[in-house]
Amino acid sequence: MQTLRRTPLFERHAALGARIVPFAGWEMPVQYEGIAAEHRAVRTGAGVFDVSHMGELRIAGDGARDYLRSRLSNDVDRIGPGEAHYTLLTNESGGIDDDLIVYRRGPEDFLLVVNAANVGPDRASLSETEDVSGDWALLAVQGPEALERLGIEIALFTFREDMDVLGVSCLVAGTGYTGERGCELGCAPEDAVRLWDAIVERGVTPCGLGARDTLRLEVCYPLHGNDITPDRTPIEAGLGWACALDKDFTGVSVLRRQKEEGPAEKLVAFVMEDPGIPRSGMGIEGGGVVTSGTLSPMLDVGIGLGYVPTAGSQPGEGITIDLRGRPRKGRIVTKPFYKREET
Amino acid sequence: MAAEESYPDDLRYHREHDWARVDGDTATLGITWYAQDALGEIVHYEAPSEGASVARDESYGEVESVKAVSDLISPLSGEVLEVNPKVLEEPETVNDDPYGDGWLLRVRMSDPAELDDLLDAGAYRALLVEQ
Repeated sequence: MQTLRRTPLFERHAALGARIVPFAGWEMPVQYEGIAAEHRAVRTGAGVFDVSHMGELRIAGDGARDYLRSRLSNDVDRIGPGEAHYTLLTNESGGIDDDLIVYRRGPEDFLLVVNAANVGPDRASLSETEDVSGDWALLAVQGPEALERLGIEIALFTFREDMDVLGVSCLVAGTGYTGERGCELGCAPEDAVRLWDAIVERGVTPCGLGARDTLRLEVCYPLHGNDITPDRTPIEAGLGWACALDKDFTGVSVLRRQKEEGPAEKLVAFVMEDPGIPRSGMGIEGGGVVTSGTLSPMLDVGIGLGYVPTAGSQPGEGITIDLRGRPRKGRIVTKPFYKREET
Repeated sequence: MAAEESYPDDLRYHREHDWARVDGDTATLGITWYAQDALGEIVHYEAPSEGASVARDESYGEVESVKAVSDLISPLSGEVLEVNPKVLEEPETVNDDPYGDGWLLRVRMSDPAELDDLLDAGAYRALLVEQ
């Protein structure tokens, strides 16, 4: 039996009465007060998530840039020092082994933040990287009031290191997984409790993985292992924008061909018109499958992502989901389901 | 607001965390405090039709939270007289008041002898302690 790991904030989660669940080898809080309330806190105010289970890989030194250009789908030359972007680790078949954020610290110095479940495989695949996950605790502070509560500013997809946040030295990045403004804060594990307490004292709502999942789904960010997998390509998943097909990287020839010919299936967003909540694994009539589903706390309707044949993948098309034996109607919509108000 | 944990003495309990309140030959059914707490905020109630038959120990519907789906197990056999319209409209009523406004179904019992097989509040509480 595998022992579950705990982040430096485990005692804080337990003290707050969080419901703790096993997730990707870690004991993580799925909710504190309730998923819907936490979700709304992030949409209307500010919420803080412990995402210290995520992995950090580092690669630095001569050749780092060339190596990442040859292994990751996006082109690290699209960003400069102090900038970050979304990218994919693809396999020889063009499938998605992981999705990650690359932080460029210098011309030849990069930090990769990867999914908790994929740290081992990513480290094995990206043999020139070093696993530095043990050096980092990671908090995400998200919501329209997030930056204001922390008293900091950071532009989207940029980051700064050694920045003072409520008395703790942090890497501050203008990134997140909720569709809201905010930041992700990397700090030394021994500082994590002090940082968490200071953030919560500012009236930021503790949020669990449950709300993290409903928030990301409302804005159609894919979840690796559900919506994107080693058997699905970025072209099928609508992530061609994160693939620089003009350079060579693992699986690129498959992706170029698929983009040229068009994929057989596409990942679409749909809302339910009949009652019921779609769930991962449910069949879609005509040969499709639901990969994520929930009740949208903001729209109060069942929403989901799923793969359907390209011929029937246009927004406006009706689909029928097999909800545990009951055929229920839904409709494909333009992504995302929810869009924050521009300010 | 979520309800406080309780298991009223006037109810009969099924080990799958459902309760029945008997009134003559009809019974009102719902899920226990323990069941709604384990599920979290209930956001959908998939109910049977009025006039449908329900059978003891079998599923008559589902309740869903944001993250989970749970079968509703009928503690008694009978015919569905009424589905709680308030819970259809506002499923979170089950969390707020699992034994009152959050009832799920009213049935006409076809075999009242089945009541003898259900647990009283003390036996149900003992079952929870074991779990």
